[in-house]
Order: sequence, then C-alpha cells, then structure tokens
Amino acid sequence: MNSIFKIIELFKNFLLEIGELSYFAGRFFKEAFKPPSEFKEFLRQCFNMGNRSLLLVAVTGFIIGLVFTLQSRPTLQEFGAVSWMPSMVSISIIREIGPIITALICAGRIGSGIGAELGSMRVTEQIDAMEVSGTNPFKYLVVTRILATTFMLPVLVFFGDAIAIFGSYLVENIKGNVSFLLYFNQVFNALEFGDLIPSTIKTFFFGFAIGLVGCFKGYYCKKGTAGVGLAANSAVVFTSMLLFIIDFIAVFVTDIFYDL
Amino acid sequence: MDTTVPNLKPIIEIKDLMKSYGENHVLNGFNMVLYEGENLVIMGKSGSGKSVMIKCLIGLEEHDRGSIQVMGKDISELDREELDELRTEVGFLFQGSALYDSMTVRENLEFPLRRHTKKFGVIKDTTPLVMEALESVGLANTINLMPEELSGGMKRRIALARTLILRPKIILYDEPTTGLDPITAKEILMLMKSIQEKYNTSSIIITHDVDCARVISNRMILLVEGKNYIEGTFEELSISTDPKVQAFFK
Repeated sequence: MNSIFKIIELFKNFLLEIGELSYFAGRFFKEAFKPPSEFKEFLRQCFNMGNRSLLLVAVTGFIIGLVFTLQSRPTLQEFGAVSWMPSMVSISIIREIGPIITALICAGRIGSGIGAELGSMRVTEQIDAMEVSGTNPFKYLVVTRILATTFMLPVLVFFGDAIAIFGSYLVENIKGNVSFLLYFNQVFNALEFGDLIPSTIKTFFFGFAIGLVGCFKGYYCKKGTAGVGLAANSAVVFTSMLLFIIDFIAVFVTDIFYDL
Repeated sequence: MDTTVPNLKPIIEIKDLMKSYGENHVLNGFNMVLYEGENLVIMGKSGSGKSVMIKCLIGLEEHDRGSIQVMGKDISELDREELDELRTEVGFLFQGSALYDSMTVRENLEFPLRRHTKKFGVIKDTTPLVMEALESVGLANTINLMPEELSGGMKRRIALARTLILRPKIILYDEPTTGLDPITAKEILMLMKSIQEKYNTSSIIITHDVDCARVISNRMILLVEGKNYIEGTFEELSISTDPKVQAFFK
C-alpha cells in the first residue's frame, strides 16, 4: 500500500514539474519579445555553446560514421548490397542518428553547464545582484540561453552529420576503394528535402528543450552546493527524456506527412 | 562612533511587515524607520528574518502584508521600471559579495552603470567612474582581475565599489563582516564608516557581529522571531539585563 502512495506521490511531483516547466516556457515567450533585446549576450552565448561543443560533436560524429559503416558493412556484403552503403548511412544519419546523438551530447555538455552555471549564480546571489542592478535576470540569463541553444543546435547537428558521413566515407574508401566523388554523389542522390527538412525542424525543438530544462533547473536551484549538483544532474536526465519524447512525436508527425 | 542621528527625516519606513514561506512565518509584523544619514544595525539569530526583511525592502522578495516606504514610495505599488529607478538610490552589499564570476572587476562595476541608464544617461567612457569607485575602496590595481583571483576581503570591497558606483542614498549591508578574519572585518568596517562620511549615505546593516554594531551603529534593533524585540543605541542595549539581549553581547 505504501509503495502505491509513493508512486502516486512521484507521479504528482512529475506533473507539478511539468506544470512549472510549462509556466517557465510561457514566461520565456512573454519575455523574449519584450525590449531590450540583450542581443550581445545572445551572441556571446551562441559563441560559447557552438564553439565549445564543436570538438565533442565532431569527434562523436566521426566515430559514429566510422563505427556505423564498419558494423553494417559485413551484413550488406552478405546480401551483395555494399553499394547501398552511402544511401543507407546518409539517410540514417540525417534523419535520426545525427540529430538525436548530437542533441544528447549537447544535453550533457550544454544543458548540464547551463544548469550548473545558473544554479551557482542563484546560490551565490548573483541573480539577485543582477536584479538590483536594473537588469531583468530572466531575460538576460534565461531568454538568451534558450535562444542560443535553439539556434545553435541545428548548426551543430548539421556539422556533426557532415563529419559522420565523412567518417563513413573514410571506411568505404579504405575497405572498398570508393572515391570521394562517387561516395558523395550517391549520398546526395539518396537524400531528399523530405529527409532534411523534418530533421532540421526537430533539431530546433531539441535545442529549445535543452536550453529550457537547463535554465529551469538552474534558475530554481535549491540552496547549497548540493543544489547546484542536483540542478546539473537533473537537467541532463530530464532533457534526455524530453528529447526522446520530442523525437517520437517528430517521427510520428513526419510519418503522417509521408503517408499523405 | 557618534550615536546621535544627524537628521530626523525618515528615508525608509516599514510597518507591520509579514512574510511567510508556507507554514514558516519569517516576519511577524516587523516595524522600522531609517532616518537620513543614520546607520541602523539590525541584529538577530540566524533564521530570525533579517535577510528576508532587506530583500523585501529592495523588492527581491514579495512581502505578504504590511507596507514598505522607501524615499516616500510604497514599493509594492511600483512597476518594474519604477522599482529599477528606485534601486539606483538603494545599494545592496550581498553577504557573499555576489560578484559575477564570468566578468572582470571592471565589467562587474560597469554592469549596473550600463543598465541604470536613466540616472547617468548612456556613458561612453566608464573608466573614470570605475576607477573612482575602485580607488574609494583602495583596490584600483584589481581592475582587470577576475573575481576568482581575489581574496574574500577584496571581493567584499569590490562588491562595495559596485554598490557605490551608482552613488546610492541608502546602502543595505547583509552581514558585511561574516566569513572574514578579524583584521579584514575591521578594515571593511572602517571603509563603511568612511563611505558614510564621504557620500553621506544612510545604511541598514544586518549582522550578528557585536564589534560591527559597536563601530558602526547609531541605533540598533534586535529582531526575534520576525518581530522587533528591543530598540536602542549600542550602549543602551549592551547594559540591558534581558537574557535575550545579553545573549548577543556576551
């Protein structure tokens, strides 16, 4: 009986958190269109997030492309379908693997960073100091970060996709002696706008979710260093879960359009 | 310290202030008046509602009941813009200094200056004002350092310079000497005194440091369970036989 009450309590807390997050998102949209724009801070955040995640996204993308091709090659060889490799790799990476893996990496790298940074600013009263200094901290800290993740994630995904496909090409070049021109010719022949547009649109949502949850957890961080750690940690866990939900919805919606 | 209040014109008036967090009643009808040019020390145990009170005073926390008049304006009736304007007249020294980690000392000082444009207009060259504020706390050579490169005492001084840069009429100090060694704490107190004399500011000092109260106060209020327990000068309170008052002075 006790465990049932615990489950009900957990579910209630989860719903409360969703409610608070929705309110936070509503506040973001309300503040985002109000002057002043804080454009300089937005650019600084874009640079920080994009630049600092570039290497990680590049290395991960490269390894994914490499491993994916190495693992799939024997199976395709068995069916005499190795020539399908560029098409298969590019479609899988562009449609699904690239966006979700890059988003998960950024949830860990950027989301936790935002959670910890805003959390420590809350604990050390820097957010209060900002408020006293005539600045709307929600606009300066939250709006700029959410916008930066929303706009930078598609760029990072695009970059990660390109590196992953390049990694795949390297394997094909070494193992199958396929030229750069032939490989990428097949890649572009296989890809359609129908592959690129939905996956790009969903990366904006991924970026928004990463920024929103990271800021939410950090901005309302509980006092103490333990609170900062918890904010960073729960930002990653909650965002990762949210990313899969968004991905599921995106695939579902895209599928409806494909059926039409 | 001269304990006479130089001018009896009220600059802050708090009446029947109430603030609760759920079932926890932090402030239970607190009353206070700060006069122009006065240094008012508010003492109380941890959790007695001192910090919440000054946060209510500057609009960082919303109070549940009662009224707060700052320079004749009821802060609960002000919109965001009016509150920001009022905040240029009320400086706040945070307990942990609250310097922005990602900014240099210069940027920390420039931040309020660039934000409160109504008071000074848009300033192209902030260097003279930044240098003047840094010189008044004796740390002009730290202008390009990051907060992580400063000691606790230096951070407190820089935070004070950041407060001073807007030339406020009132300064609120939240535990200005907490966490500092006795020598640095004394330096900070001397600095607070010299600032008050130089800029003719009125101050509310939240503390539980008796030495701080002795050096700086014109008048003191002892806060117990969110209410005024006793009020008077340092000398009056220090000879009180009330055990709750004596607990602070022993």
